[in-house]
Amino acid sequence: MSLNELWGYLVLGVVLGCLYAVIAIGYTLVYGVLQLLNFAHSEVFMFGGFGGVLALTAWTPVVNPSGMQSVLYVAFGMAAGAALGAAVAYGLEKVAYRPLRKHNAPRLVFLITAIGASFFLYNLAGKLFDRSSVAMPQMYSNETVFTLFDTDIKTTHLLIVFSAVAMMVGLDYVVNRTKLGSGIRAVAQDPEVASLMGVNIDKVVSRTFVIGGLLGGAAGFLFGVNSKVVYTMGFLPGITAFAAAVLGGIGNVRGAMLGGLLLGVVETMTVFFWGDDWRYVAGFAVLVLVLMFRPTGLLGERLGRTA
Amino acid sequence: MSGAADLKKEPAGSERTGTPLLELRDLRVYYGAIEALKGINVKVYEGEVVALLGANGAGKSTTLRAASGMLAPREGQVLLHGERVDGIKSHDLVRFGIGHVPEGRRVFPRMTVKENLEMGAYRFKSPDREEMDRVYTLFPRLKERRTQLGGTLSGGEQQMLAIGRALMGKPELLLLDEPSMGLAPLIVRQIFDILKEINEQGTTVLLVEQNASQALQLADRGYVLETGEVAMADEASSLLADPRVRAAYLGEGA
Repeated sequence: MSLNELWGYLVLGVVLGCLYAVIAIGYTLVYGVLQLLNFAHSEVFMFGGFGGVLALTAWTPVVNPSGMQSVLYVAFGMAAGAALGAAVAYGLEKVAYRPLRKHNAPRLVFLITAIGASFFLYNLAGKLFDRSSVAMPQMYSNETVFTLFDTDIKTTHLLIVFSAVAMMVGLDYVVNRTKLGSGIRAVAQDPEVASLMGVNIDKVVSRTFVIGGLLGGAAGFLFGVNSKVVYTMGFLPGITAFAAAVLGGIGNVRGAMLGGLLLGVVETMTVFFWGDDWRYVAGFAVLVLVLMFRPTGLLGERLGRTA
Repeated sequence: MSGAADLKKEPAGSERTGTPLLELRDLRVYYGAIEALKGINVKVYEGEVVALLGANGAGKSTTLRAASGMLAPREGQVLLHGERVDGIKSHDLVRFGIGHVPEGRRVFPRMTVKENLEMGAYRFKSPDREEMDRVYTLFPRLKERRTQLGGTLSGGEQQMLAIGRALMGKPELLLLDEPSMGLAPLIVRQIFDILKEINEQGTTVLLVEQNASQALQLADRGYVLETGEVAMADEASSLLADPRVRAAYLGEGA
């Protein structure tokens, strides 16, 4: 256990944390507009992985792609993952949640529905895509780009970090600088008054799911590139990203990003110090600890809606 | 003063003819099994200030909420310039030129003053700079605080922001729900002065108020609601002079 090795794990933690951050945004956005813990978001992420696999398999990448071809393959795979993620998220809202909203169902009903939708979606994926794991078709040779503290930083690592950062910057722009973003924030703060201003709540909610789905699906693709794609892959990253959203202050987009990064690093640090068996323990220990002292999360201002 | 029977009829100022800007016709609203509005009739003509008075639970807020599409009446009609708009959702109704300043102000607490004002102009492609300048001229305090979060403002400032936000939608008709609630008398007077100015600049106002004396001093006409029904309707000056109104809503012995 050298010091350099520790730094190496830290770098890997940042890579993982970037993925968690992007997934966590999906949880926090939906929570913002609906006060709903959308547990089915982990399945949106999983479908994103399959979207990438299916699209790239259909296109059959050549064996030794050129640089330009690699870029195209990656862009295509990520777009397909994001698109399928968005489609699943959009359908989920339309089919599962909208009818509940129309009937003013109690919040517990939403929660149970979310859990049910999650079961349904991952079993559906198991049935559609077979229950064994598949590797993402090779889009580029995953070579070491450079070495940082004795750790090989490979193309995939860079791909994940750069795409995730680009998505987070883009999302931050959309939420804070666009009209759709104002609508999302207004609905999160006071839906009734937002509608008095001319905001169509149904539209905003639907688009919020699509945005979360795009990010979650793209993250699923990136996760698949880094390991494999299987119908159960959503659960652990999903629940960790959910914890990250709570840790950062649920409803707060920048909080979700911070929480994701933090839990990614905590996870690899745990593996480094205590071994792989503890991988998923420390993240939740941190969550419990933080919530004991800051119940609203790291960047959460207050609980619920206040006038 | 005429008798009680006459008071329930159309207001004395019968020179108001033609199509009202807003008309509520035999409006019935229920909350579950409870009848909140028992068939009320209200007319607001262009350029007027009309006050809706009454005790808690008389149905004042419900009337406003039905007018701006926040709740659907079970029976009756809401007409804007003579056209039925009941059943149209509130987010679509803003396009018809209705600005609703809700009870309790309800500014967006985690948006800046400027962002709150921009939300008021959401129905437009982009906020009108001139309109924002006009709001800042009406409420210089808002200009000073434009980068401050809505939730950090004082009650009076929040009320100003809520009114300014509604003006950003360039409404023909401004609905105000208890703008004086919880505010110091000096601030209330300021706000009513500004409402007068807004009306003089061409915006029609329908005002719900517990503060009957302030409201009637500003208003052209008034309606008094009692348990979901219109109990009196008259010129504001007549209502101000009416002994029953004075006893019930102005805190004077009859």
